[in-house]
Amino acid sequence: MAVDAQATDTHPDAEADADVIVTDDLTKIFEGRGGRVRAVEHLSLRVRRGEIFGLLGPNGAGKTTTVGMLTTRVIPTRGRALVGGIDVVARPATAKQVIGVVPQTNTLDRSLDVAENLYFHGRYFGMGAREAHDRVRGLLEQFRLADRATAGVDELSGGMAQRLMVARAIMHDPDVLFLDEPTSGLDPQSRLALWDVIGELHRRGQTIVLTTHYMEEADQLCERVAIIDHGRLLALDTPEALKKSIGADTEVRIHASGDLEALARELEQVPGVDSARVVDGTVYAYLRAGGATLPEIITHADRKGFALQDVGVKETTLETVFIDLTGRELRE
Amino acid sequence: MSNAGITAVKPAHASSRSAFAALLLRDLAVLRKEVWMFLGRTVMQPLLLIFVFAYVFPKIGEAIGGAAGAARFSTLLVGGVIASSMIFQGVQAVALPLVQDFGYTREIEDRVLAPMPVWAVALEKVASGAIQAVIAALVVFVLATFIPATPVHLSIHWFYLVTILPLSAMMSAALGLTIGTRVEPRQVPLIFSLLVLPMTFLGAVYYPWQGLTPLPWLKWSVLVNPLIYLSEGMRLSLTKGVPHMPVAAVYAALVAFTAVFSKLGIDGFKKRVLS
Ligand SMILES: Nc1ncnc2c1ncn2[C@@H]1O[C@H](COP(=O)(O)OP(=O)(O)O)[C@@H](O)[C@H]1O
Ligand SMILES: [Mg+2]
Repeated sequence: MAVDAQATDTHPDAEADADVIVTDDLTKIFEGRGGRVRAVEHLSLRVRRGEIFGLLGPNGAGKTTTVGMLTTRVIPTRGRALVGGIDVVARPATAKQVIGVVPQTNTLDRSLDVAENLYFHGRYFGMGAREAHDRVRGLLEQFRLADRATAGVDELSGGMAQRLMVARAIMHDPDVLFLDEPTSGLDPQSRLALWDVIGELHRRGQTIVLTTHYMEEADQLCERVAIIDHGRLLALDTPEALKKSIGADTEVRIHASGDLEALARELEQVPGVDSARVVDGTVYAYLRAGGATLPEIITHADRKGFALQDVGVKETTLETVFIDLTGRELRE
Repeated sequence: MSNAGITAVKPAHASSRSAFAALLLRDLAVLRKEVWMFLGRTVMQPLLLIFVFAYVFPKIGEAIGGAAGAARFSTLLVGGVIASSMIFQGVQAVALPLVQDFGYTREIEDRVLAPMPVWAVALEKVASGAIQAVIAALVVFVLATFIPATPVHLSIHWFYLVTILPLSAMMSAALGLTIGTRVEPRQVPLIFSLLVLPMTFLGAVYYPWQGLTPLPWLKWSVLVNPLIYLSEGMRLSLTKGVPHMPVAAVYAALVAFTAVFSKLGIDGFKKRVLS
């Protein structure tokens, strides 16, 4: 049996030098008993060396499937993907050398202790015994796991297990680190700790692709964010540019009784209101910078006979962008 | 860390070879940590079989065919018990962990991401299972030689032994891979009652295959049981004067079953880890 189509090369593709990940029309359609699921469709994007790139979308958007295709575990139905210049479909065994993955679920080796999880991972990637031992020592320090070196992985807290997974994924110094929903299921404190870890890796030059359905996470951590829904890329830019793109800088959330659609139409008449819409029983009004003010909105609604129960104001977020793009909230 | 440039990529055959060796190293390290578990699962069944059939029965006068028969029985039991222990090891060392893994833990995902083709990850499971089956065979050999009450007359045919033993071990592990990739966790009890037990009782463990001549329908239908060839092969390697099937048939069947189970197992493995 052939191993990979080609044996050697380091820089097969010139475009790989600037872009660590290149996808063209990447598509995955699952054919199952429940019919066809178009998990990812026509995904074309580029991830630059050294950046933290976010895939933001709700559950079922196709984030894990995308990461799966880029890491050789999901075979695309159509399209092409290069990681580090290597075609992941044609040459998976080679591509895996430059990929580090933290999957969505805990996949630590329960037959091994904390240090051994790192050590053997390094050996899988061709490290010698001495080199692997040295690197394990460094990583255990860096990830504050040194005092747990000989603990079983079942004894770790969720946050520690997640740090160990990240340490394992970078053990072999990959070109790209994939983090699939790294903080979901973590308590707020562990989440912040992991954000620190990710930020530190980024400062050291690690290219990172991170999926999340938390818009704060994408906003805080990522330099560029791809918003995806139902397997399609809806927008791709820096968080600032995405937020600017919707033409408003303030979001007003209004809980009220009565005909909400009518209220939304009324609010759109107020000068300075960019748009207003009803999502899940809440009226959202978007205000342009220096435009309408909150008192003007409340007064207008009152005059038209609407009883407002609760009003909240905040800056527009990536959530606002998602609602603007899909008419739905990010969280279900 | 050195992320400034593209990591120097090794040729796939080189990274695959070192990854394969490292996966084996990992399995052996785990085996060493869990050596008592390994012995526990390996020793019990053959120990009881040998103890009851080759020690208790002759002592209480229930031995088949009197004293001479008892000696002959102890002798032919050695090969059979080694063979069934190897098949057992294939299920215990390869199939059950994989069923767990695919069912709940997904631990193997990290090894699937090692820089090697997925079929090689599956094949490593066969290699590691085969090593454990060989160790099991050695352990059982020692038990089977020393426990029986009547003398065991072994006559080792080295060529057969050094070829048939590894081949049998590979076949057992490949069978384990096939089962492990095709069985759901809740079906595990069925593996034992519907597969392992019938295979053992109808696997020429307690009698040579030629002994079934009075029951021609049984004699020919048990040929679908891969354990038959292991038992016959082990007796071929360890005894003299016990009737056995043609040597060529033993080799051909072992090779064929190993190939078929490896193919089924690798395909099943790919289906489980790739989508
Ligand atoms: N192996 C599979 N077989 C069938 N459908 C799948 C499979 N994996 C994912 N899907 C479907 O593909 C869609 C995208 O899933 P996924 O990539 O896991 O989304 P996300 O990670 O963004 O939550 C979902 O509708 C999901 O049900
Ligand atoms: Mg997911």
